[in-house]
Amino acid sequence: MRPADLFDFAWQVVNGNRARTLLILLAMGIGVAAVLVVTSLGEGARRYVLQQFSGLGANLLIVLPGRSETAGGTPGFLIGKTPRLLTLDDALALTRSRHVRRIAPLIVGAGDVHWGALTRATPVLGSTAEFIEVRQMDMGQGQFLPEGDPHHAQPVCVLGAKLKRELFGSQPAIGEWLRIGDRRFRVIGVLAPQGESLGFNTDEIIIVPLAAAQALFNSESLFRILVEAKSRSAVAPAKEDLLEILRARHEGERDVTVITQDAVLSTFDRILGALTLAVAGIAAISLSVAGILIMNVMLISVTQRRREIGLLKALGASGPQIRLLFFTEAAMLALAGGAAGLLVGKLGQLAVAQAFPNIPFSIPWWAMVAAPLTAIVTAVLFSVAPARQAAQLDPVLALSARK
Amino acid sequence: MIQLSGIQRDYRVGDEEVHALRGIDLKIEQGEYLSIMGPSGSGKSTLLNILGLLDRPNAGRYALDGRDVTGLSDDELARVRREKIGFVFQFFHLVPRLSAAQNIELPMVLAGIDPQQRRPRLETLLRDYGLTNRADHRPDQLSGGQCQRVAIARAMSMQPPVILADEPTGNLDRHTGQEVIALLEQLHAAGGTLVMVTHDQELGNRARRRLRMVDGELVSDERHAPG
Repeated sequence: MRPADLFDFAWQVVNGNRARTLLILLAMGIGVAAVLVVTSLGEGARRYVLQQFSGLGANLLIVLPGRSETAGGTPGFLIGKTPRLLTLDDALALTRSRHVRRIAPLIVGAGDVHWGALTRATPVLGSTAEFIEVRQMDMGQGQFLPEGDPHHAQPVCVLGAKLKRELFGSQPAIGEWLRIGDRRFRVIGVLAPQGESLGFNTDEIIIVPLAAAQALFNSESLFRILVEAKSRSAVAPAKEDLLEILRARHEGERDVTVITQDAVLSTFDRILGALTLAVAGIAAISLSVAGILIMNVMLISVTQRRREIGLLKALGASGPQIRLLFFTEAAMLALAGGAAGLLVGKLGQLAVAQAFPNIPFSIPWWAMVAAPLTAIVTAVLFSVAPARQAAQLDPVLALSARK
Repeated sequence: MIQLSGIQRDYRVGDEEVHALRGIDLKIEQGEYLSIMGPSGSGKSTLLNILGLLDRPNAGRYALDGRDVTGLSDDELARVRREKIGFVFQFFHLVPRLSAAQNIELPMVLAGIDPQQRRPRLETLLRDYGLTNRADHRPDQLSGGQCQRVAIARAMSMQPPVILADEPTGNLDRHTGQEVIALLEQLHAAGGTLVMVTHDQELGNRARRRLRMVDGELVSDERHAPG
């Protein structure tokens, strides 16, 4: 039998049983689309997290007070043992490492910002001039905190873009004096809009010199020290140096934790990757259900078409030919179902992306290939049994089945 | 061209052994016109199925054109059927979703004949059987007589030397039945071998050679002069 004729014959069957064909296309389409949408959700979440972290800058290390317990036991704060605090001098000492390019000590608190009759409660960040470079932020207007001795508290501040809009509207803010708590600060700059990073919206903050924040919150201790290594490969040795320097300063105790972005990133990457795979696996089960549906429909089709199969045999069709006919039919249905699924899945992903524009939903390439391929392979595998049954039908019995 | 010797065919129906054919010996020459008659259950349809290679005997030997076909595989049998045998059934057995032309073409399609060679043969068949303006109709849009004409045209599409007809008029009214018989007899007149199973005495008596079967055995084999 010629391939074109084979195709024609199968097409006649598929086209002649519209309801049955639609049913199969629906099942296959939903199966494939489900896998695609689900993996795009997982992939979107993964990319979202990676994007949030890489917003921090690639060579970043974060020093926080206290030691994270990895070997069991009770964390210090539970049994009333406070870890030693990080001080500004600790932070400045870190610049001695030759792997460190710059550091930015950080204090975070909440404060009420007053300007004229307006008051806003907002996060207050205390840091140094290096902060803007370590965090790779851009200025909108004016300038960032001035360089100079970080122990000295200059009464200046820098506003986040949103905070500036809310307090000053379209009026110029540079040079204005505002009040945080009971202290007065002059606005010297406004940050460019940055968007969100790590769930922390830098558009809403106000930044003051570190010493001013220490006075404001009446606290010497640092919340974090951000450290920028000289290069990506300097991150690991920098981490060693940081721990060593702080241990020396803290009487031999290792009471700080250093987080590198790579470690956090790869952990999240692994977790979310595994999650995506697991969910895709669940969705793949729906694909095999679609395959079984095809098998059932093909089995029914064999029973319904006994007479026809008997006739084909009487007209000189061999067993392999009959098998090929049923195979072609199943493959045709599977291909169409897979294609429909790709289309619906893509549309679904676009719809989800429309609904949540923040999260970069995208269908990973392996899902694009694997989902329709799995559908087609299961469909063809599951059609082996019906095709065999058809091929083995006894033509005499098949023909004697009257109507 | 057809030589059966000692053909037996037994079925099991539940616990009972049914001997459909009990040692049939039969020789049919090229161009003969044969009728097989007998009561229901006499084994005449089984014999036709064996002749048509749709069924295999339990014992005995079947030589077609001098070639022993008893030991052939299913797929080899399919090939022999395709090339040598045309079937005409009582219930027409047309594929309902295909048009008249596609039904007639089916054996050529299965044989893998090039569409360019199929076309002229199909045109000829449609013309010969008066179906040219019914070519695109599906079986449910055709009368019984037209359906059987399509079935005969289909049987002839591979130009087989042997035509086997199983009660070809059983589902038709008398007038249409006669038309169909006339067509089959034309095939015989053109040199084909025609074997027809029927229990219609009048129809059976038109054949030159008349076989009678009872209980799986040939009880008479009469030859009559033409006319």
